[in-house]
Amino acid sequence: MNPPIHRNPITAVESPAVGVTIDGLTKNFGTFQALKNVSFTVEPGEIFVLMGPSGSGKSVLLKHIVGLEAATAGRVLINGQDATAEHTLERIRIALVFQAGALFNSLSVYDNLALYPREHRFGDEATIRDKVMRALQILSLENSARKFPSELSGGMRKRVAIARALVMEPQLMLYDEPTSELDPVMSATISEIIATLKDEYHVTTIVVSHDRELALGIADRVGILMGGELVFLGPPASLRQPADPLIADFFHPRIDLKNPRFKTLET
Amino acid sequence: MKQLTHFLEGFGSAVQLLFQSARFVGTLPRQRARFIDQCYLIGYTTLPIVAILCFFMGSVLALQSGYSMENFGAKQFIGSLVGLSFARELGPVIVAILVAGRVGSAITAELASMKVYQEVDALVTMNIPPARILVLPRLAAVLVMMPVLAIIGNLIGWFGGAVVCKYVESIAIEPEAYFSALRRYMKFKDVGTGLMKAEIFGFVVVLICCSIGLNTRGGPREIGASVTKAVVVSLISILVLDYFVTKALM
Ligand SMILES: Nc1ncnc2c1ncn2[C@@H]1O[C@H](COP(=O)(O)OP(=O)(O)OP(=O)(O)O)[C@@H](O)[C@H]1O
Ligand SMILES: [Mg+2]
Repeated sequence: MNPPIHRNPITAVESPAVGVTIDGLTKNFGTFQALKNVSFTVEPGEIFVLMGPSGSGKSVLLKHIVGLEAATAGRVLINGQDATAEHTLERIRIALVFQAGALFNSLSVYDNLALYPREHRFGDEATIRDKVMRALQILSLENSARKFPSELSGGMRKRVAIARALVMEPQLMLYDEPTSELDPVMSATISEIIATLKDEYHVTTIVVSHDRELALGIADRVGILMGGELVFLGPPASLRQPADPLIADFFHPRIDLKNPRFKTLET
Repeated sequence: MKQLTHFLEGFGSAVQLLFQSARFVGTLPRQRARFIDQCYLIGYTTLPIVAILCFFMGSVLALQSGYSMENFGAKQFIGSLVGLSFARELGPVIVAILVAGRVGSAITAELASMKVYQEVDALVTMNIPPARILVLPRLAAVLVMMPVLAIIGNLIGWFGGAVVCKYVESIAIEPEAYFSALRRYMKFKDVGTGLMKAEIFGFVVVLICCSIGLNTRGGPREIGASVTKAVVVSLISILVLDYFVTKALM
């Protein structure tokens, strides 16, 4: 099977969609093991949803994919190229929506979005303006273009971060909890955007999320990290009735007032 | 031993940053707006404090030398003493110290906070090297502004000396005599040496402050620690460099 073709919406240049291979990835912070021998591949043009409890290493994994962290052992390959190599980011457009937004605080919302197209010379100011305003509209931010990040609410900041990533027109899109601070309607919009980008442009997507709707609704495959280990890898359908009690509890935690979890913690 | 490795690491990353920025010199014309912003920040906002400090340094220098030279009956040389001290030494050093305290600390604080709040990481993933848009415009701006600040500092320092010479009764030298003495023993090389020193100090200060800012790790507390470190390292570097550069340019 030939890989799907990614078409750059601006230049119309076509290139094979990007695939990601994670191969025995291990990361130690001092004596603490954040990732333990994690291996999986994300097929070109696929939507891969990564789930797992807080602190299980999801954000650390994403940072390895964009080359912001260096692995203790193992490696990440993007289209066969090492993620930490400098030229990888030059050849492949990768956008990461940071969990905390990572907006440029000294720039207005508009300039946050326009920075990438300006620096990479996507076109004249008018072209860039159209693209930026369109991205802002999609995320209902058109009235906040002149505001600064410090003047936004948490959810608005998240939306600006997503809009900024959209403007980059990436081949590989990484979201770190894109819907965690958004209302249900906006969350649904994000799911629709992710699915549309996949259908129309074959953008390969990795989404870190606790959002079950999103995972079950748009994922091609789901991975679950627990304590730095990949404990599940498979299609979302198999998560509706998970066999593993740990995963079942993660997905359908029952509130048990007679026997609350925090009381079972050892003192 | 640990101190030494820290020092060498810091030195290494500053040199590395310098080379990374140098690779992007060609992008400067496109970054005109950032460059002008930085010129404004480095030059214009430092000017008032440079003016005040240099004026009083010149005054005190004239006062002190008036007091001691009286004994040799060499009062008429105050002008050349103030003139040369400022041009060769005080002007560049004072301006560099003020730039370290006023501009360098602000640079480190800004870059460190960008680092801590992942803005720098965001730039890296966007394939926009921080050296290109954060460091290069600042380095270019300081190269342009240092000589300007140093010249203004010199002029104001000389003027401060002249004011004291005229109005302090025990000295009482007219400005014409003061400035003619100043001019008589001043060579173009003296002023040139001073400007060269200012240029080197300013460049090194900004490079150090950028490097320490971008190498900040941790949270908000580390931003403060980085700023302190940047100012201290800058001041030490200015005075150590001062000796060697002076010797080399003699
Ligand atoms: N720079 C770091 N230094 C030391 N430990 C770190 C560092 N970054 C992450 N960790 C540790 O690695 C583990 C995984 O962190 P990570 O941010 O990936 O969690 P996560 O799965 O994204 O959680 P959440 O859902 O809460 O965002 C945590 O225990 C965290 O303390
Ligand atoms: Mg996380």
